[in-house]
Amino acid sequence: MITPDMLPSLAFYGFAFILVVSALGVITAKNPVYSVLLLILAFFNAAGLFVLLGAEFVAMILVIVYVGAVAVLFLFVVMMLDVDFKSLRKGAMHYVPLGVLLGGVLLIELFVLFKARFGTEVFPQADTLPEISNTQQIGAVLYTDYIFAFQVAGLILLVAMIGAIVLTHRTRPNVRRQNVAKQNATTQEDAMEIQQVETGKGI
Amino acid sequence: MASNAFLLEYLPIVIFLCIAGGMSCVMLLFSLLVSKRNPDPEKNAAYECGFDAFEDARSKFDVRFYLVAILFIIFDLEVAFLFPWAVTLGKIGMFGFWSMVIFLGILTVGFIYEWKKGALDWE
Repeated sequence: MITPDMLPSLAFYGFAFILVVSALGVITAKNPVYSVLLLILAFFNAAGLFVLLGAEFVAMILVIVYVGAVAVLFLFVVMMLDVDFKSLRKGAMHYVPLGVLLGGVLLIELFVLFKARFGTEVFPQADTLPEISNTQQIGAVLYTDYIFAFQVAGLILLVAMIGAIVLTHRTRPNVRRQNVAKQNATTQEDAMEIQQVETGKGI
Repeated sequence: MASNAFLLEYLPIVIFLCIAGGMSCVMLLFSLLVSKRNPDPEKNAAYECGFDAFEDARSKFDVRFYLVAILFIIFDLEVAFLFPWAVTLGKIGMFGFWSMVIFLGILTVGFIYEWKKGALDWE
């Protein structure tokens, strides 16, 4: 029998199940467009899990930044760029050992965290936190206690910005651009001159 | 997990999601059942003028679109950092205020760079 107390747990299993299944779909789907759409579904379910933890701010940022910007950028690339995905897929099996290694490292990290979480009460539980919102909790420490990490984040964004411009920006020669200020500043003297032409002679 | 009272605030979103999912299923189902279908190989054939009726959506396009998208994400993230700062500005004091001003200053350097470099111009 389902009681109201069980609903958060049911929601957790629902989100977690769809998250894992869609994440598997991302790496197994033949069509890269389906991969990106499944990735978006995975992001939404991860946001749902964050909401269940009471981390509303993180959940909303996940939806705004990852779904709204990053996944759309991915979709933009796989739908429109002229990339031959079949030929890219050919050598994919060569990367399996590297993938397994990275996955193994992540798994060990998760295991260590899991042990630390249950061994000692290092991590605060979401339901024992004081009655202020998640956004305020983040704001209270991010800009003061973690100022170094915060400023490094700013520098990383700066590097990303400059990197994107350096890699993709080209100044094109022979482009005629409209310069409104110059157009407005043009006077009659700049634009034309009046010549008195004598009869029978050219200029 | 968070308390039930807190999660209850998200009930409207769950209801909305259910309605949205149900509606899209109904639309798909009806277009599957009601639509008229007369398949014919001629419909897939090339047009009289020689163009194929279907072709790949992928084509080469200007990298500037991508640059605009990346710059959008960077400023999107910058704005995301402003939200927790705005709600706690009263508590974190002048130190928190100047911390954010320095952060914005760093990104303004990047903004001036991209402006002067002409990355925002569309030639």
